[in-house]
Amino acid sequence: MAPGPGPSAVKPRSQRAADAHPPSTPHPGGPFRREFWRSPLRGPWLTSFLGTLLLPTVSVIALTGFISHWAYRPQLPGNATVNPSYDLPVLIQLPQSWPSWDYAVTQGVHVTLGLMAIPLVAAKLWSVIPRLFTWPPARNLAGLIERGSMLLLVGSLLVEIVTGTLWVQDYFPLKVDFYPVHYYGAWVFGTMFVLHACVKLPVVRRAYRARGVLAPLRQSLADTTPEPPGASELAPVDPAAPTLSRRGLLAMIGGASLTVFAVQAGESIGGPFRRFALLAPRGRVFGTGANAFQVNHTAAAAGVTRAINNLAWRLTVAGGRTLTLSRAQLLAMGQATETLTISCTEGWSTTQHWTGVRLVDLAGLADVPAGAILHAASLQDGGPNAHASIGYEQWSDPRALLALRVNGEELAPDHGYPARVILSGVPGLYNTKWVRELRFEAA
Amino acid sequence: MSTRTRFTLRRRRYGASPWHLAGHVVALAVAAFALDRIASMDSLAAIIALYVGVVIGHDLILLPAYSGLDRLASAALARRRSKDRAALPAINHLRAPALISGLLLLIYAPLISGRADRGYLLLSGHHATGYLRNWLLISAGLFLGSGLIYALRVRRAAARRT
Repeated sequence: MAPGPGPSAVKPRSQRAADAHPPSTPHPGGPFRREFWRSPLRGPWLTSFLGTLLLPTVSVIALTGFISHWAYRPQLPGNATVNPSYDLPVLIQLPQSWPSWDYAVTQGVHVTLGLMAIPLVAAKLWSVIPRLFTWPPARNLAGLIERGSMLLLVGSLLVEIVTGTLWVQDYFPLKVDFYPVHYYGAWVFGTMFVLHACVKLPVVRRAYRARGVLAPLRQSLADTTPEPPGASELAPVDPAAPTLSRRGLLAMIGGASLTVFAVQAGESIGGPFRRFALLAPRGRVFGTGANAFQVNHTAAAAGVTRAINNLAWRLTVAGGRTLTLSRAQLLAMGQATETLTISCTEGWSTTQHWTGVRLVDLAGLADVPAGAILHAASLQDGGPNAHASIGYEQWSDPRALLALRVNGEELAPDHGYPARVILSGVPGLYNTKWVRELRFEAA
Repeated sequence: MSTRTRFTLRRRRYGASPWHLAGHVVALAVAAFALDRIASMDSLAAIIALYVGVVIGHDLILLPAYSGLDRLASAALARRRSKDRAALPAINHLRAPALISGLLLLIYAPLISGRADRGYLLLSGHHATGYLRNWLLISAGLFLGSGLIYALRVRRAAARRT
């Protein structure tokens, strides 16, 4: 890229083009010409400001994402979604003493903020699009490496958005597995994002020193002037007349984010807000009965419809000794009622009143040693929800139940009849439904 | 040759500071490890296709498409305005609802189009109905609200002139 003319250089368009591209270098023209990009809003200040907004947004989305990954307790047998020998150690775990909706909050933030960030990301990419068409593509090795890293940065960012957005809508037509792509994609994006922030920090400081951090936001449309073309190759050399102020652009981005919040967040907040989540995948209320709340896997989809209605169903509880309990025997035991939240990794959650036998009581009957891990097995044959390893501090939490009833009625087949596990503050899939066996094993 | 001169020479040949090189080497190594982990579970070709596909999809299809639409709408409104110099610019009253409506369509396309229905039914026990209707209603509300604000502004401007 030839250096652009200075701020004072106002020449006829034809001559400027000739200056920038001497006839000796073949030039593809079109968007590769700097004059092609005419928006008066593009420039280093706008890109810096959008980047500054993205920094905390992306940090929160990444942090809540990793919290979710670690909430799966990948250190317990069979729980890991990726090979644990190639994974980071568990660094943050939500404390077991926290309210049962803690994971609902972190995962709701992850999904909702992730979707709300899309207009901000789009604006950031729009502000730097002229760079994609820089000609020549790189002037030296540093430039070439930077372009490669940019492909990874933008590619991984878009991959995270696309895979996440499809996944939360129960629609994943891509020919890849969601977990490794989304999880290791976060590694790629996180690394390239930190690098990008470090490389661009001087550029951001220069832009803020030249124009002020917030000063451009005080300009009305009439006062909106383009950034000088000498400031950076992002600024236009042949700007069109502004039709939108910079604060107007940011208001549109903010308005778009708030609209996404309005149509989405109710599926995570729940209660009366669910009805207002007009486009959220799980923003529906189906009927009014005790069991009329959202389901993750139906009994039909899990293929357990016949098995759960078998009167010969018995629960096996294995510890120091093994018990076999019928549903009548379980109902005759001391019952406890707890208000616990099911929070799906897809971001939606639902809080209900569950009644059943405390898992600590069942463990006591089976002479389970302290510190044991609980392996819950479902009548379901396969799939990620058929088995779960549950840590000692999770099942020994007095709120943890083998639920038989919900909101004062029998569990519906879709909610896990004859019995399901309900824990505090875990990804929903650990609340094993249609339980056939609870096996406690020394860790 | 002093160390400093050699340093500067190398820097000139590479094009940036040694910190730039070191940072990129470390970051690219982590990224290569992560991509290798994905490739070990999925096919490498699928990963590359996905990464290149999303970049092409955004940079060469989506962005030019919405920029083109914006340019068309701006030109059409500017022509109308050139006939009536006193008219208030309407473009942002079109841009804002179009941006939000388009964004919602883009995000919730699987549900709005009904493509997600099969998986949705299996997992939730219900058909994914009503999403198209809700999106149309929200979009209509946005365009209507924006148009109303424009009409109010036009009336206020006319009142100020008389």
